[in-house]
Amino acid sequence: MTAETPTSPAAERLLVLEHGRAERNYWRDLWAYRELFAILAWRDVAVRYKQTVIGIAWAVVRPFLTMVVFTVVFGHLAKLPSDGGAPYPVMVFAGMLPWFLFSTILSEASASLVGNANLVGKVYFPRLIIPASSAVVALVDFAINLAILIALMLWYGFEPSWSFALLPVFIALAMLASLGPAFLITALNVKYRDFRYIIPFIVQFGLYVSPVGFTSAIVPDKWRFWYSLNPVVGVIDGFRWCVLGGDSHLYLPGFLLSLAVIALFLWLGIAYFRRTEKSFADLI
Amino acid sequence: MSDDVVIRVEGLGKKYAIGHQAERERYTALRDVMARGAKGLWRKAADMARGRAIVAGDTVEEFWALKDVSFEVKRGEVLGIIGRNGAGKSTLLKILSRITEPSEGRVTIKGRVASLLEVGTGFHPELTGRENIYLNGAILGMTRAEIRKKFDEIVAFAEVDKFLDTPVKRYSSGMYVRLAFAVAAHLEPDILVVDEVLAVGDAEFQKKCLGKMSEVAGGGRTVLFVSHNIASLQRICANGLLLTSGQLAFEGTMEETVSRYSESGTAYRKENQIYFDFFPTDKPYLKKVDILDKCERPLLHPRTWGYVKFRITFYSPTAIKSGSVVLYISTKEGVLLTLCSTSPDSAVSIQFKPGENVVDCDFPNIPLSAGAFIIGAGLAIPNVEWLDNQMHAATIQIEARDLFNSGLAPVVSRYPVPMAHIWRVFQTEETLVVGSKQGQFDEDKCFPFHDEIVSP
Repeated sequence: MTAETPTSPAAERLLVLEHGRAERNYWRDLWAYRELFAILAWRDVAVRYKQTVIGIAWAVVRPFLTMVVFTVVFGHLAKLPSDGGAPYPVMVFAGMLPWFLFSTILSEASASLVGNANLVGKVYFPRLIIPASSAVVALVDFAINLAILIALMLWYGFEPSWSFALLPVFIALAMLASLGPAFLITALNVKYRDFRYIIPFIVQFGLYVSPVGFTSAIVPDKWRFWYSLNPVVGVIDGFRWCVLGGDSHLYLPGFLLSLAVIALFLWLGIAYFRRTEKSFADLI
Repeated sequence: MSDDVVIRVEGLGKKYAIGHQAERERYTALRDVMARGAKGLWRKAADMARGRAIVAGDTVEEFWALKDVSFEVKRGEVLGIIGRNGAGKSTLLKILSRITEPSEGRVTIKGRVASLLEVGTGFHPELTGRENIYLNGAILGMTRAEIRKKFDEIVAFAEVDKFLDTPVKRYSSGMYVRLAFAVAAHLEPDILVVDEVLAVGDAEFQKKCLGKMSEVAGGGRTVLFVSHNIASLQRICANGLLLTSGQLAFEGTMEETVSRYSESGTAYRKENQIYFDFFPTDKPYLKKVDILDKCERPLLHPRTWGYVKFRITFYSPTAIKSGSVVLYISTKEGVLLTLCSTSPDSAVSIQFKPGENVVDCDFPNIPLSAGAFIIGAGLAIPNVEWLDNQMHAATIQIEARDLFNSGLAPVVSRYPVPMAHIWRVFQTEETLVVGSKQGQFDEDKCFPFHDEIVSP
């Protein structure tokens, strides 16, 4: 090892550790650890598809079957209208994309810290990296789903409009909408393990209270605004508008309300996570 | 903060909350169970409302793992931290490496810190050796470019070049540890914090690690070391800190610190019994070691080559399928003379049952000269983890015996281990054989209780 003498002492960073002291350089630290983030995300993706026979098929089968069931139940049996002029399966799938992204991030992230307990107890790094990198795995599944959606659109000969180009914006929105609650539940789960029971419940319950199998246009007008208190409503509506375009209209007041709720959750999630992350090693 | 001080610790303290389970009555009424459940639920709800962690147990007590510790480390200093289990060494390192937050006091650190509290942190069994080098390097705080630059050096050090693209789950445990240590050894931070990593691998690799660590320490880097292996600490570190029950007991040169540590021991001996202090833990822990004679009577004056039975009593909160009990004998300077373990060394598999467990380790002819020796004991899950490890627990005194009828009984000041041996001298017409055969001494005979029948 070469003894590269550090630059003048004044240039060295002074680190002060004290009880309850907020980390001043938190965001800079997070940036400094971007390589760790990348490598943990890569690890999660690599491990997920190693030693699995149908690895990728899993990501295909699950949303596809769900789509078929929803189309039959809501579209054919309940005879609910589709959104704009889109075929019902395409409409369902456009809503399922963000929903699966949301639910996968929520369940992967909330288990991630406890699953990486060994790392948390032995090395320092901004803990936010762990749930965030586990969210990347969900993005891989999302990309597969997106390919199915495009195949479905080709099958029905459905032409998207210019709004399809805005897709990355809405993907980012879906990520942010998922990460807020995910951070909150991840942090809570370290302290109170009850929260791991809440996730399957949210995922199951949320599928029905969110407009996944049907369009939010069928919600009575007087409820529609308050319906958007569910942040996923805004995300799904935005996605549908973006993918289906044309005759699908975005209900703006509701969308803005969802945006506000997303922002609130994101702030709450990060603030709570940061406040508690220093004690993670003691609790995990 | 003056220029050459890189770590300043002032009044550092760390508090944990621990729960105690109250003694359960044998027969309980449903009413009591419900009342206790409701009380527990109420406390948990109150804790959660206040944002506190939930602690299991009927009563909660605060426990200071570290209290009022202050010291300074200068640039380039190589500092060894010693103390028995539960003395707060690991807690101190965890605070310095920012894994956990202090409860009081403050630490000021200048420069980049890398901590090595375990080798192979974050290794993933499904990934290949190559992949794990990058992963582990990133976890320890190296950049991709740094790892790439050091890659060949790491592989050469670990001697795993042939298996680079094999998943590490197929590695032998030796290869795994070598690779893990190799990555860690190539870290280049300003301040390095190391915990117990030298206790890995086979003897040859340990020597190599020790060499590498001395090199790091000699390279002008600031290093903080924690180890049970006092001999290796003495080789590497110039200065030492001694922690006892969370407090700084001594600060000085490594030599002074070690002698202070050996004197104090980590347990206290009363006649033929060595009692270990209790410190809060949810793992099995050592309670005491009784020194007995062959007939299981208290042995107050063990003698050279006499029959000595060490009866180790320990407590296990849960059943453990495969555990191991270890006994150490060291010189009073802390140099290990022998280690006896039920597993893996003796391949005696034992189960820890919940509650108190007793294991005997007998030496039919204890090969120790007259003088003071340090006895230690440990509990482990073989090759996995230490549950309790107190290599230097307490001092015992061995009485002299003139083994060879020469008027010169072996004493530690001359040599510590008298072994059975035979001299054959070919100087006279007749071959002269002088020596000593280990056997049974009269005082070891258990008559009238029982006696061992030795077949001819």
